[in-house]
Amino acid sequence: MTASSEHGRRPITEPDAATLILEVRQLDFFYGQTQVLFGVDLAVQRGRITALIGPSGCGKSTLLRAINRIYALYPGQRAEGTIRLDGEDVLGSTDLAAVRARIGMVFQKPTPFPMSIYDNVAFGIRLTEKKSKADMDAIVEHALRRAALWDEVKDQLARSGLRLSGGQQQRLCVARGLAVSPQVLLLDEPASALDPISTAKLEQTLFELKQEVTIVLVTHNLQQASRISDHTGFLYRGQMVEFGPTDALFSKPRSTQTRDYLTGRFG
Amino acid sequence: MTRADRRKLANGVFVALCGIATAIALSLLVAILWALVGRGLGGMGILLFTSDQPAPGSIGGLRNAIVGSLIMCGLGMAGALVIGILAGTWLAEYASGTRTAATVRFLNDVLLSAPSILIGLFVYELLVAPFGGFSGYAGAVALAFIATPIVVRTTEDILLLQPAELREAGMAVGAGRALVIRRIMWRAARTGLLTGGLLGFARISGETAPLLFTSLGNQFFNADAAQPMASLPTTIFQFALSAYDQWQNLAWAGALLIAVAVLIVNIVGRILARESHLS
Repeated sequence: MTASSEHGRRPITEPDAATLILEVRQLDFFYGQTQVLFGVDLAVQRGRITALIGPSGCGKSTLLRAINRIYALYPGQRAEGTIRLDGEDVLGSTDLAAVRARIGMVFQKPTPFPMSIYDNVAFGIRLTEKKSKADMDAIVEHALRRAALWDEVKDQLARSGLRLSGGQQQRLCVARGLAVSPQVLLLDEPASALDPISTAKLEQTLFELKQEVTIVLVTHNLQQASRISDHTGFLYRGQMVEFGPTDALFSKPRSTQTRDYLTGRFG
Repeated sequence: MTRADRRKLANGVFVALCGIATAIALSLLVAILWALVGRGLGGMGILLFTSDQPAPGSIGGLRNAIVGSLIMCGLGMAGALVIGILAGTWLAEYASGTRTAATVRFLNDVLLSAPSILIGLFVYELLVAPFGGFSGYAGAVALAFIATPIVVRTTEDILLLQPAELREAGMAVGAGRALVIRRIMWRAARTGLLTGGLLGFARISGETAPLLFTSLGNQFFNADAAQPMASLPTTIFQFALSAYDQWQNLAWAGALLIAVAVLIVNIVGRILARESHLS
């Protein structure tokens, strides 16, 4: 991994290949004619939480949307560069459903499907496998437990997911994403629509989850990034200004832009 | 008079004008309903539903017209729902933002406001003249032509109202586009889709002109849509213009029946809409 030094950038953390799960290299992203990401590099380590911070419009969400190729839904949006998941090419893949099943995503606004809690969680599994009732029950329970929602909903699995509170809906979306056993879970400001208590609960959930699934988290909330992430990347105007262990980035930022952002001078 | 006084006065005048306009609109509606109920209620009775249209001077009901209307509206709505929901889905989910979609949407809006008598003539040329006869099927096709653009429009509108994240979330668990539409988007939009269907049904249940050229009418009971078929609007048209009191009374009763049916359809639609919000 010498990509960063090749391009004269500050060296990013350089994990060895065994711990590296997701690698973004020299990623450019375009909305039609407008370029919004410029040569972005990102190295996500297995079993860690990686946070992406930066002011509005800096490209954090775009980067996430490139990683699971959800942007491909929209004609006119395109990505150039390399994204590798466990060494496999993501941008060149033609089986988008398979890519997305391996890279789950949770959105800013809770997006429960208009169906029961149980069916929400089972939805992704039913796409690929026919399971017995008992097996499916077990998977649904396991996913809901891991998303710390089981105790609250176990007696009302047949109820509509839309009836849950915002925080519960967001954890339902996490459970839904987990049920298909993705390698990486992307979260785009998952707590921005939640109250502080729900946020704390969600953060706790994510923190416990990182044993099993690698998490990439976009957040506006600097405290949130510093509380739960292992690595943090600071994006500004479509460029990865700085990337490193969260402690180091928050206590001794190398770039003046990072320091200014962390101290609230802009953004 | 100060500026503030003038403004208060202008405000008062404006509110008063709005109130008067509302009163005029409402009183027209009330007058129509009053006349309908006053003159139609007398003809209401079990006979209206159990016996067919009478010869002049004798008593009877509208059974043949009611059954004909139900069959043709039902067939017409079935066609309009299938074509309309699929076309509206294509506009919202697959073609959104393209020039083709804009063109199709424009043409759909033209069809939406096309005079219904033109649609009747068109279906006459298409299905009646070549096949040598009026039929309930031709009537149903004409009604479908009228209801389809309504369903297309409401389907597209309601799908575009759904949050983009819902679509993306479906894809994000690995579902294909068609599956996301069928299992998630349609379900999320079902209230709106239902409303579109009910609006279409309400619209075609009173259409007369397109049926005059297509299903013609039938003074006898007939459940075979391959034959000319009676319908409430055409029977009302025929009876209201007649010189017989008996027929005129039946026309009023039929008009009241349509009005009540449309009212019930609307109320049911609203109740369903409210309930599906909660569930």
